[in-house]
Amino acid sequence: MNIAIEILVRFLAMVALLLVNGVVLIYMLRKVLGHLHLRIGPNRVGPFGLLQTTNDVIKLLTKEDLRPAAADAWLFNIAPFLVFVPSFMAYIPLVFGPELAVTRLDTGILVIFAVLSLVPIGIMMAGWASNSKWSLIGGMRAAGQQIAYEIPLLLSVLGPVMMAGSMDPSAIVAAQSGTWFGFIPRWFVLPQIIGFVVYAISAQAETQQTPFDMSEAESELITGFANEYGGMRFGFLYLAEFSNMFIVAAVGTMLFFGGWQLPWIETPGWAAPFVFILKTYIGIFTMMWARGSLPRFRVDQMLAFCWKRLIPISLTWVVVWACIQRLAFEAAIR
Amino acid sequence: MSDGHSWHSDVALEEGRPAYLPRGLKRVPRGVDELATEHLVLNMGPQHPSTHGVLHVLIELDGEEVISAEASLGYLHRGIEKLAESRRYHQVATLLDRADYVSGLHTETAFALATEKLAGIEVPWRASWLRSLAMELNRYASHLVWLGTFGMDAGAMAPFLYIMRDREMILDILEEWCGSRMMFNYVRPGGVFADIPAGLDAKIRAWLRVADSYLDDNDALLGGNEIFQARIRGTGLIDAATALAFGMTGGCLRASGVDYDLRRDVPYCAYGELDFEVPLGVNGDNLDRYTVRVGEMRQCLRLIRQLVDGVPEGDFTAKVPKVFRPPAGESYAAVESPRGELGIHIVSDGGLTPYRMRLRSPAYFNLAIVDEALAGGLVADAIVTLGSLDIVLGEIDR
Repeated sequence: MNIAIEILVRFLAMVALLLVNGVVLIYMLRKVLGHLHLRIGPNRVGPFGLLQTTNDVIKLLTKEDLRPAAADAWLFNIAPFLVFVPSFMAYIPLVFGPELAVTRLDTGILVIFAVLSLVPIGIMMAGWASNSKWSLIGGMRAAGQQIAYEIPLLLSVLGPVMMAGSMDPSAIVAAQSGTWFGFIPRWFVLPQIIGFVVYAISAQAETQQTPFDMSEAESELITGFANEYGGMRFGFLYLAEFSNMFIVAAVGTMLFFGGWQLPWIETPGWAAPFVFILKTYIGIFTMMWARGSLPRFRVDQMLAFCWKRLIPISLTWVVVWACIQRLAFEAAIR
Repeated sequence: MSDGHSWHSDVALEEGRPAYLPRGLKRVPRGVDELATEHLVLNMGPQHPSTHGVLHVLIELDGEEVISAEASLGYLHRGIEKLAESRRYHQVATLLDRADYVSGLHTETAFALATEKLAGIEVPWRASWLRSLAMELNRYASHLVWLGTFGMDAGAMAPFLYIMRDREMILDILEEWCGSRMMFNYVRPGGVFADIPAGLDAKIRAWLRVADSYLDDNDALLGGNEIFQARIRGTGLIDAATALAFGMTGGCLRASGVDYDLRRDVPYCAYGELDFEVPLGVNGDNLDRYTVRVGEMRQCLRLIRQLVDGVPEGDFTAKVPKVFRPPAGESYAAVESPRGELGIHIVSDGGLTPYRMRLRSPAYFNLAIVDEALAGGLVADAIVTLGSLDIVLGEIDR
C-alpha cells in the first residue's frame, strides 16, 4: 500500500512539475522574446500579464476539438500524445537534489535520450496524418533533423559520462563536487568545453528552436506539422516542446554544470532543487536568447552542418578525450 | 492527395492530368526518375505569412526542391485605374496612395508629373524640392519595411521589430508634414498640398543624427549574421539579360548589374541638382539585392541631408484652377519608386477627369520573374527570393 502511495505521489509530482514548468516557460518565452524585440510582451491579463498563460490554457481546453475531414483520424488523434509521452518520461531520471529524483536509474542518461528519440515518430505521424502539404513537409523536416542531431547530442554526452565513469545522473553530479586546484569548481564544462558547445547546438536543434526551427518555420510552412491542430491537441504539442527545452537544459546542467551543487560551498539539502532549477532556467534563457536573435538555417545547410561538422567534431573529441583521460588524467580526475 | 481545385477555371483539363495541376506544371518527375517521386503542388497563399499580402503562388515541388512556380494575382484588385476615370485630377492621389501603400508619395508624384506634362504646368522649384525630400523619406521608410520583412522571411524576428522602431520615426515626421502616416494625399498637380511646417527640418535633422547608426546596427544584426549570409548568397539568381527581358526595374535590376536609375538617368523633381551614387550588384542573387538596397538606403540618407539643408525659397504650389481641365492628349511620367520604374500614363479628352489612366507597376514586372528565379531552389529559398523582390501587392493588383 505504501509503495502504491509513493508511486502515486512521485507520479503526481512529475505531472505537476511538467505542467507548472510549461506554464512558466510559455510566459518566460513571451517576456524574454518581447524584451529582445523591443516589445513588452503580455501585460494585460493579471499583474505583468502573469495570468495570460492561464487564460490561454483555459482557451485551449475549452476549444472545439477540430479534425480535418480528410485527416487520418486515429493517427491524427494519437500523434500529440506520442510527442508528449516521451518528453514526460524523460523527467524520470532527472536529479533535483542529493536524494531527489523520481527514480534513480543506473543508466539514467541513456534512458533520457532513448525516450526523447521517440519524439520524431510522433511528429512525423502528426505531419502525415494531418493530410496537409505544409504539415507533411514540416513532419519530414522534423524527422530528418531530429534523427541527425541525436548523434552529436549523444556523442557530446560521452565526455562527462567517461569522466564520471557512470551513466547514473546522481553519480555524474556527485563527481562534480569539490574543486580543482582548490578554486576552480569541478564542473565538467571546463575540460569538456568542446563537448558542451556541441551539446548546446544539438540541444537547440533537438528542441526545434530557432535557428533550427525548420519543422515549424513560421515564415515558410506557417506552423509546419502542427498546422492542422487546435485546442488541447495543439496544447500537448507545445507542452512537449517546452518540456523538451526543460529536459535538455536540465541534462546540460547535470552533465556540465554540477547539477544541484553550488560552486565552492556545501549545498544545503533544501536549496539543491532551487539551485538546479535556477541553473536550468539560465540554460533555457540562453536558448530563448538565441531563438530571439538568429535567423533560420535552410534545411540542407542544417543537415550538412550536422553531418559534416558536428558529428566529426564530437566523434574526434570522444576519441581524444578517451586517450587523454586514459593516459594522463586518470588519477587526477577520479 | 485527394482531388483538389482547378484554380484556372478556363483551362480544360487534359486527359490523365490531376485537376489540381495548373497550366504549365508537369507531373512527370525530372531528375531522380528511377525513384519516380510524385510532384506536389503547394498553394502558397493567398493567406500565408510570407507572401507580403494576398499573393498566391503555386509551387510545384519535388520533395523540398522547387520545380516550377507560378504567381496567381488579383486578390487585391480594387480597380484603381478604372476608379481614376471618375475622379477629378486632384482627387486621384487619394486612390494612388492605396496602390503602393508602402510608398504612396512616389505614385502621387508620378501622377502629378504626368498631369503637369499634359497641361504644361510649371512647377515651382520649392515644390519640386519638397517633393524630392518627402519622396526620399518615404523611400527610406519603404526600404526599412523591406529590410525587416526580408529578415523575417529568413526567420529573423528581432531585426524586424528594431526596424519598425526606426520606421516609426520617419512616419512621425511624415505625419506632421503631410497629415497622415501612409495615406499622404500630399503631392497635387502643380505642386504640393501644403508647405513644410516650421521646425520640421530640425526634427528631420534630429532623426538623421541617429539614422546612420541605426542602419549600421540593423545591417550588422541581419546582414552580418553568417546564417543569413549563407541563406542569401547564390540563391534566387537573376542574370542581367533575364532581368531586362522581364522588364524588371529598380533595385532588382541594379542587383543584376544593370546601371539604370531614373533619378539619375531621367532626372525629375530636384534630382538633377543632387549628388548621389547608384549602388550596383554583380550576380543578381539575393545577397546582391540585399547589398544594393542597403546601399540605396545609405544614399537615401545622403540625399535627405542635401535636401533638408537646401530647401529653396518660393511657392509650394503653382496656380492651378479649381476646375481643372487639361487639354486633350496623353502623357507618361515615371519616377524611381523604391521598387523601380513607376509610371503613370494618362489619356485626357479635355474633360474634368482622366479619360484613361494606367499605372506601370514596377513590382508587377519584378514579380513576373518568380518562375525563373524560384525554380531549382528549395522552399526556404523560394520564400527568401520572393521577399528579396520587395513586392507590394496593393500596387501589383491595383
